[in-house]
Amino acid sequence: MTETAAQIETVAEDAATRLCLSGRLTLAEVPALDRALSRVGAERPVTIDLSRVERMDTAGAHVVTRLEARLAAEGKGARIAGASPAHAALLETVAAAEPAAAPAPAARRGAAERLAGVGRRVAGAGRFGAELLDMLGLILARLARGIVRPREFRLTALVHHCEAVGVQAVPIVALMAFLIGIVLAFQGATQLRQFGAEVFVVDLIAISILRELGVLLTSIIVAGRTASAFTAAIGSMKMREEIDAMRTLGLDPGTMLFVPRVLALLLMLPILALIANAAGLVGGGIMAWLVLDISPPMFLTRLVEGTDVANYVIGLIKAPVFALIIGVVGCHAGMRVRGNAESLGRQTSAAVVTAIFAVIVADAVFSVLFAEIGI
Amino acid sequence: MAETVISVRGLVTAFGRQVVHDGLDLEVTRGEILGVVGGSGTGKSVLLRTIVGLNRPQAGEIEVLGRRVPPRTEAERAALEGRIGVMFQDGALFSSLTVRENVEVPLRRVTGLAPRLRRELADLKISMAGLPWDAGGKYPSELSGGMRKRAGLARALAHDPEIVFLDEPTAGLDPIGAAEFDRLIRGLGDSLGLTVFLVTHDLDTLHAVCDRVAVLAERRVLVTGTMREMLDVDHPWVRDYFQGPRARAARPAGGQG
Ligand SMILES: Nc1ncnc2c1ncn2[C@@H]1O[C@H](COP(=O)(O)OP(=O)(O)OP(=O)(O)O)[C@@H](O)[C@H]1O
Ligand SMILES: [Mg+2]
Repeated sequence: MTETAAQIETVAEDAATRLCLSGRLTLAEVPALDRALSRVGAERPVTIDLSRVERMDTAGAHVVTRLEARLAAEGKGARIAGASPAHAALLETVAAAEPAAAPAPAARRGAAERLAGVGRRVAGAGRFGAELLDMLGLILARLARGIVRPREFRLTALVHHCEAVGVQAVPIVALMAFLIGIVLAFQGATQLRQFGAEVFVVDLIAISILRELGVLLTSIIVAGRTASAFTAAIGSMKMREEIDAMRTLGLDPGTMLFVPRVLALLLMLPILALIANAAGLVGGGIMAWLVLDISPPMFLTRLVEGTDVANYVIGLIKAPVFALIIGVVGCHAGMRVRGNAESLGRQTSAAVVTAIFAVIVADAVFSVLFAEIGI
Repeated sequence: MAETVISVRGLVTAFGRQVVHDGLDLEVTRGEILGVVGGSGTGKSVLLRTIVGLNRPQAGEIEVLGRRVPPRTEAERAALEGRIGVMFQDGALFSSLTVRENVEVPLRRVTGLAPRLRRELADLKISMAGLPWDAGGKYPSELSGGMRKRAGLARALAHDPEIVFLDEPTAGLDPIGAAEFDRLIRGLGDSLGLTVFLVTHDLDTLHAVCDRVAVLAERRVLVTGTMREMLDVDHPWVRDYFQGPRARAARPAGGQG
């Protein structure tokens, strides 16, 4: 092809300025063309001569149309001349399609706007809390219905989720608790040795793991793995309108999706916490033996004598509550996903953060509560 | 006007054991609007994907705008991508971008294009595709099915390609919208000299915009020709397709076979 780049030539005539455009008026040429044309003065009438244009596409036509509009608005007007029939048709199509000046909403910025923003966020947080309670209520209602009418209950899904939530989490939970036991024993030993109270390391390990750390750390790990998985699974179904399809087919998302997941968590989290407790005690016991020469039988005796079984019960009481929190947050975040892929990612990470935060808050509430009633 | 812009020779594509095309030949010349028809599952979308280089064929030669497909180097690929536009069967808009941002994506490869001008061009394309001006700020999930089609077309046309590939652009549009769409494609074909590879089941569209029709059947291009020539083809499927009850209704008045 022997086409040339776009060129502009200005010829002053007696009454008007003649602007000769030639070469290619195509998208690739448009940036340079636009810069050059923005310098065309509007003091005199302008004739835009297109007779030597070789090729023009919509981008080129747009630039010409806009130049014409600008000159007409600012100065003495403009006229297009010499366009070939095809180019004239294109110019007409483009001119007809030029969107009317889009009313750009001016962004308001100021103290009032900022204050309103704070208010909106507070109200949003309140709504978020209400939505979570809503989800909790829905799940509890569906659970109750499942007990009354067990035929609706989806056992296969429950078993599947129990495996994903519980069985597959065992290695990581056990390893984590084992290491925490080791750390506690080691740190406790260094401190307690100063008072010659090494043997109390058993109490330290037992109470902190059974009462607090076993269930709390298990919940945090489960929140990380499972809340995100719930959100991703439910959210991608929401995104592809599968949940709407379920509703129109008379299937209730609460029964189909939420109940099996939350129930699986309710069943598996206490078991995982139990495993974490055992692994933590084993880790602590081994360390106590190695560092402090507390033999395993001695450790056991001390454990049974020195530790109230209430510690253990208190730890496990929290597990179902944490499970409910994680399940509700995960399912709720999934339902908040809107039609695009980015919101899925945002909600998934929000679910993890919210779940971990809520679990820790609940743990703090439990601590205060138990302290008040004196156990 | 006889320059060949797409040529396909001896194309064989298969998925596992399923052979979709076996020895398919097709030529498209510059400026023509080719309608591709065929039953569901005869491989129209696969043919389109193969020609634009998204599918690696088992055998055969494909040339688009004088370049071999699939391109061998990144530079070849980039050169080709700037000159073709594709509208996928289900839109394939980027869900996390607004319609305007979607349309701006192909414009971003133009060096030196000021953001303001890029925005203007995107708005122009959105409006040309028949969307209201406020659609530009919406996300694809906030659009109706027909609006998503239009947004897909706007993106396919954004960088003024020489060839556009459209996969069932009028499916799911109301008849008035579909007719507008036909006019739009015909108009762009005439004023821009656009070459269009149009997969469609819509007989009205075939009548209104296509210069030539290619029928896909029996794993190859069975026949090509104008709509009028299709009426003389002696093949059961082609006869049923172009002379069935729907075809009779769609034929323009006076256009007797
Ligand atoms: N990625 C893939 N993997 C395996 N098989 C595929 C794949 N894509 C397409 N096919 C098969 O190739 C065949 C042709 O599919 P294609 O999508 O091209 O049909 P089509 O002619 O476009 O039909 P429609 O009119 O319904 O859109 C089908 O049988 C399909 O199952
Ligand atoms: Mg298809």
